[in-house]
Amino acid sequence: MHPQAHGQSQLEPTVEKTAWEKVQFARHPKRPYTLDYVERILTGFQEIHGDRQFADDPAIVCGMGRLGSQPVLICGQQKGRDTKSRLHRNFGMPKPEGYRKALRIMQLAAKFQLPIITLMDTAGAYHGMDAEERGQGEALARNLREMSRLPVPVICVCIGEGGSGGALALGVGNRVLMLENSVYSVISPESCAAIIWRDKNRAELAAAALKLTAKEMLALGLVDGIVPEPPGGAHEDFDLAATLLKTALQEQLASLSGLSSSELVQDRYDKFRRIGSFFTGDTFSPNK
Amino acid sequence: MAWFKRSTEDKQKPTAEDSSERTVRTEGLWIKCDGCREIIWKKDLEATFNVCSKCSYHFRIDARTRLAYLFDDGVYEEHDKELASSDPLKFVDSKPYAERLELMQAATGLRDALISGTGLLLGRKVHICAMEPKFIGGSMGAVVGEKITRAVERAIADQAPLIVVSASGGARMQEGAVSLMQMAKISAALMRLDEARVPYVSVLTDPTTGGVTASFAMLGDLNIAEPGALIGFAGPRVIEQTIRQKLPEGFQRSEFLLKHGMLDAVVQRGEMRAYLANMFELLVGPVEAAAA
Repeated sequence: MHPQAHGQSQLEPTVEKTAWEKVQFARHPKRPYTLDYVERILTGFQEIHGDRQFADDPAIVCGMGRLGSQPVLICGQQKGRDTKSRLHRNFGMPKPEGYRKALRIMQLAAKFQLPIITLMDTAGAYHGMDAEERGQGEALARNLREMSRLPVPVICVCIGEGGSGGALALGVGNRVLMLENSVYSVISPESCAAIIWRDKNRAELAAAALKLTAKEMLALGLVDGIVPEPPGGAHEDFDLAATLLKTALQEQLASLSGLSSSELVQDRYDKFRRIGSFFTGDTFSPNK
Repeated sequence: MAWFKRSTEDKQKPTAEDSSERTVRTEGLWIKCDGCREIIWKKDLEATFNVCSKCSYHFRIDARTRLAYLFDDGVYEEHDKELASSDPLKFVDSKPYAERLELMQAATGLRDALISGTGLLLGRKVHICAMEPKFIGGSMGAVVGEKITRAVERAIADQAPLIVVSASGGARMQEGAVSLMQMAKISAALMRLDEARVPYVSVLTDPTTGGVTASFAMLGDLNIAEPGALIGFAGPRVIEQTIRQKLPEGFQRSEFLLKHGMLDAVVQRGEMRAYLANMFELLVGPVEAAAA
């Protein structure tokens, strides 16, 4: 049961937005962030801090609470709402210690058989000297490998900006969903335009070329479903947006409830193993 | 000047006209070292694995040359050479991606940016994947992702060590999120290799950045690099734009990463075979025992 079955709902606006408009929605300064969802969909949420090695990165929040009656771990990138909190959250761009914290706590959840929910919302992993010195690449890479062997259900939802490796490092799940107005991309449209045309102002064209909207990602088989948003977008009604997300999460968790630990790992492996479109042989017949 | 520069009329492949990048594969007799500006006779350079004998500058080499250096007598069986990109996004920028692929294929003689091979390394069966830096910057799309994943599966099946030699700017923009997901696909396969206890050595060469650093290149049981290679998640220009200042000399070079605990060793190109053979022997025993 995938949410796209009811995803193309009455909530969908009649006029389809362009990719660039979707990018603006995904980055909307009033859009709900991870903690806005957490406080609406979980009860008894308790945040858990620190990577036990270097620091606690405020750009990623992790914690446990109950989704309905089910205890779960939730973790996601967190952006700030005003200047002070934006700086505190480093604009939602995590450093290596953020990814290491998330992994530590995901492994803790796995140890006690708690399902894991991740909410992806970042422009990307932080590009700074300190992040490089502490091994940003290694931190991301390790999360990809280790998430693939978590013996519990993992549901990942892109709630806003799915910024490349910085999003994917929380994105290796049995189910990967996207909110209707979120985007998920290998590179930001601005950077893509800067590379192709040496002109950041052609980001609109790049956004269209990158096929980064939820609908396009679903059509490419890269995500499993679309979570509808309130009319006018998630920022128009946080409560309704959270209710729609909660419903989708509960459906997905229910669909995985019958699987054993090894079946969950296999299911996740198979999901990513299939991704990739290429021609084989001189006949150039598509792989899938 | 003809000694230093290839004259335009004696190009052997007319198709190579679009590969404007600097190339080591010059037809000139002499080459200038980018490290110490010494003029080196090309034959001398080839005899030293394309490493400057004066300053030890490691010239970039293509994937074929790399495999020839690593396998015994340069002999290996190549896999999956027929795989080619299907242009899943029908991506068009300054020119269509499909056209860009054809030009690259003609210029390099490869279908995509990686060669996967199996052969012997000082008598031990190994799988080696080598990235081709000249093919769209060595970028990783679905073909690179699939070839590495298949190599991992081969290594699990026959318990022979895997080596991946990276030389890449990262995920291939023109395949969008399909490229991005290859990072997860390969990393998941490496999880299985890890559980199978088959050694995986990542060899990082100049340059290794972006999504390649953020996936398989940093997941080796051993991560080793050639001297002086640029290795990072973000490229230096991106970092400079972020922090609005110049980066210090040597930032993100192999020696810097070694100092910060991100590499197990920095190994000279000429020592690479001996290093790898020794480590495999220490990890999984002598060749005879491993073959038995």
